[in-house]
Amino acid sequence: MSKLLVSPSPHIHASVSTKSLMRDVVLALVPAAIVSVLFYGLGELVVLGTSIASCLVLEYLITRYLLKKDNSVGDWSAVVTGLLLALNLPASTPWWVVFIGAVVAIGVAKMTFGGLGQNVFNPALVGRVFLLVSFPTYMTNWESNGGLFGIADAFSGATPLGAIKEGLIALNAGTPGASTLSELTSQYGVSDLIFAHLGGSAGEISAIALLLGFGYLLLRKVVRPYITLSIWGTVALVSLAFSLAAPEQFTGPAFNLLTGGMILGSCFMATDYVTSPMSIKGGIIFGVGIGFITMMIRYFGSYPEGMSFAILIMNATVPLLNNWCHQRKYGRA
Amino acid sequence: MSRRTFSMGGVHPADNKISRDCKIEVLPIPDTVYIHLGQHIGAPAKPIVAVGDKVKVGQPIAEPGGFVSAYIHSSVSGTVKSIAPRKDLAGNPQMCIEIAVEGDEWMEGIDTSDTIVTDFPDDAKTSLEKIKAAGIVGLGGATFPTHVKLMPPPGKKCDMLIINGCECEPYLTSDFRTLLEKGEQVAIGAAIIKNVLGVDKATIAIEDNKPEAIKHMNEVLTNLRKLSSKYAGISVMSLMKKYPEGGEKQLIDAVMHRQVKSGGLPIDVGAVVQNVATALAVYDAVQKNKPIVDNSVTVTGECFPKQANLLVRVGTPLKYIIDYLGGMPADAVKVISGGPMMGKAIANLDAATLKGTSALLFLTAKQTARGKEGNCIRCGKCAEACPMGLEPFLLNRLSRAGGMLDELEKNAVQDCIECGCCLYSCPANIPLLDVIRQSKAQVMGVIKARAAAAAAAKK
Repeated sequence: MSKLLVSPSPHIHASVSTKSLMRDVVLALVPAAIVSVLFYGLGELVVLGTSIASCLVLEYLITRYLLKKDNSVGDWSAVVTGLLLALNLPASTPWWVVFIGAVVAIGVAKMTFGGLGQNVFNPALVGRVFLLVSFPTYMTNWESNGGLFGIADAFSGATPLGAIKEGLIALNAGTPGASTLSELTSQYGVSDLIFAHLGGSAGEISAIALLLGFGYLLLRKVVRPYITLSIWGTVALVSLAFSLAAPEQFTGPAFNLLTGGMILGSCFMATDYVTSPMSIKGGIIFGVGIGFITMMIRYFGSYPEGMSFAILIMNATVPLLNNWCHQRKYGRA
Repeated sequence: MSRRTFSMGGVHPADNKISRDCKIEVLPIPDTVYIHLGQHIGAPAKPIVAVGDKVKVGQPIAEPGGFVSAYIHSSVSGTVKSIAPRKDLAGNPQMCIEIAVEGDEWMEGIDTSDTIVTDFPDDAKTSLEKIKAAGIVGLGGATFPTHVKLMPPPGKKCDMLIINGCECEPYLTSDFRTLLEKGEQVAIGAAIIKNVLGVDKATIAIEDNKPEAIKHMNEVLTNLRKLSSKYAGISVMSLMKKYPEGGEKQLIDAVMHRQVKSGGLPIDVGAVVQNVATALAVYDAVQKNKPIVDNSVTVTGECFPKQANLLVRVGTPLKYIIDYLGGMPADAVKVISGGPMMGKAIANLDAATLKGTSALLFLTAKQTARGKEGNCIRCGKCAEACPMGLEPFLLNRLSRAGGMLDELEKNAVQDCIECGCCLYSCPANIPLLDVIRQSKAQVMGVIKARAAAAAAAKK
């Protein structure tokens, strides 16, 4: 009775921790990971395994021996980075390329800034974009041997956005026999895009699996929806305007919302706590920026998609947005 | 379920009102009581008895030591043994009147019967004098002298009296039990305060996790309205359960949809807030001539042998209460005076209760553990939780950077109500409130010094 603990209030704590939040994100990505393995086969397991294991080992080695801090492997953030990186890669990526991606993601994008919470750019996206620029052949090789249990047909080809970009280039160059835009998009049924379609990074082939995970994150209040919704809103508006103005040059809202890592990026990468703004106002500007830049890259850039670049560009504006946008305070106009 | 609540922030900790079914039980009087002279915010009271004096229950033993101060009465009958410093709950020495108990003899004129007196004086001045003489202070936690709060500064008009029955802190149930068991008295007390303020409307605000209390108070008011027109204009309002709804600023926002400006007072937006227990004390003072000599205390905690709501004489040693209920549990590491969100950890169980002591809460090491501090992951949960709309992550960063008092003031650190929502919700276990409290104190010092300098310049 003599030894009473005396410390300031509050004396209780919510059951939420960095670890529990990160674990929830991992859980939310499990459906997408399962679909990717089903559709791309065991090769995808190698990518997933290499990516997660490399991120964990690198995180451990760097915190322990380079930064000489307590190791932060236990917070699950390296698992999130590894999982997101893997889902951003083609299933056929060789293991050593995946490893290089992990080195860039954890070693460069995360740890050089001081580790979790300190990095400016989304680590998994930095890893992905580094690989896209350095190993373009591996990074645009969308092959499937038919997945597990023959769930999919063997496939080799471009992503929907890639196919359309090439088709449009051919069409606009006046190549004889080139398909029109409506012919090109008609190959992709909306229901295929929603449930699962081949041609794309492992994580982006099934919108429904990703949305299921995102729904879980919303339900658990791990993330708030405003960044995602403002991206979707902007993409829908921009693509609606362009496709109405020139239907044979620009793809429409449904197509743009369901392809090219839009769901993965808007639900899981743009909503990353560390690299997104703190306030709702800032988050909405951030989301609008991502949606707009993505559409500009898709319509006018040389890359078919653009989500990764758009998020990274907007990541750089976060400190500014945090400075400008504050939430409304009680009793102050 | 009610959807009405305050407009920003707030958290939903588990209720844990495990003592909600325990009727208020009268605690036997201890052998000795220790009555602190600093029972309230403001100047400590000045003793008006001497060592060796015989006192009766309800006899004034100390008078106000300033404008913001209050009378203190003997809570027992017996002999004054000493007037000397004694360690308080925090272990700091405070002036204290020690009284050895002899019998239980009350002052003449105090009505100790249970008869409910519904008719009260129309004259506000009479009631106010009685409230002052009874040493009533805000029993919701702030212990601000009530008679001062009931005299709005000239030019300020009260539009609504709010009786705070939120009891939004987990574990606490003494206000809930008071509403259930002494609802009539609370309602009459509310009507008296309403009359003193000369205001048309009063509302008793209760969170929707206490449906029995809402139903009971509605019935009580219906019956009282049949008796007298003095009870018109008093209503019961059900609010969504959310912490810190019982905070004065949050409650005004929830009930009246008005926000008190930074540095302002509730009366600036036409509100006066009084706690349920205070309304009961006002009833006792005006209708029964009974000063504050006792108050209800919730004694609770999963590890504590017996849950209870006790009617305790002011100045009862905590150890006496604990022993009465079965002794200190072996696994309790922390005893809190008040609730788990804003209560103060007790350092000294030999200390005695004060008028404002609302609860003794016993927590185990596991319940009160704080995790190891990690990096801020910028999740924004602290800002989402802040009921004042502040950005605790930013205030924390500015505080730790040092020398940023201007920036801290600009970002309204002085508006912090220290409710603990930020620290409670932080997944990285950053001691946000600990840090913010310190810089708030510094900034408040700067603001006060500035005001003093401005006042001096005017002269």
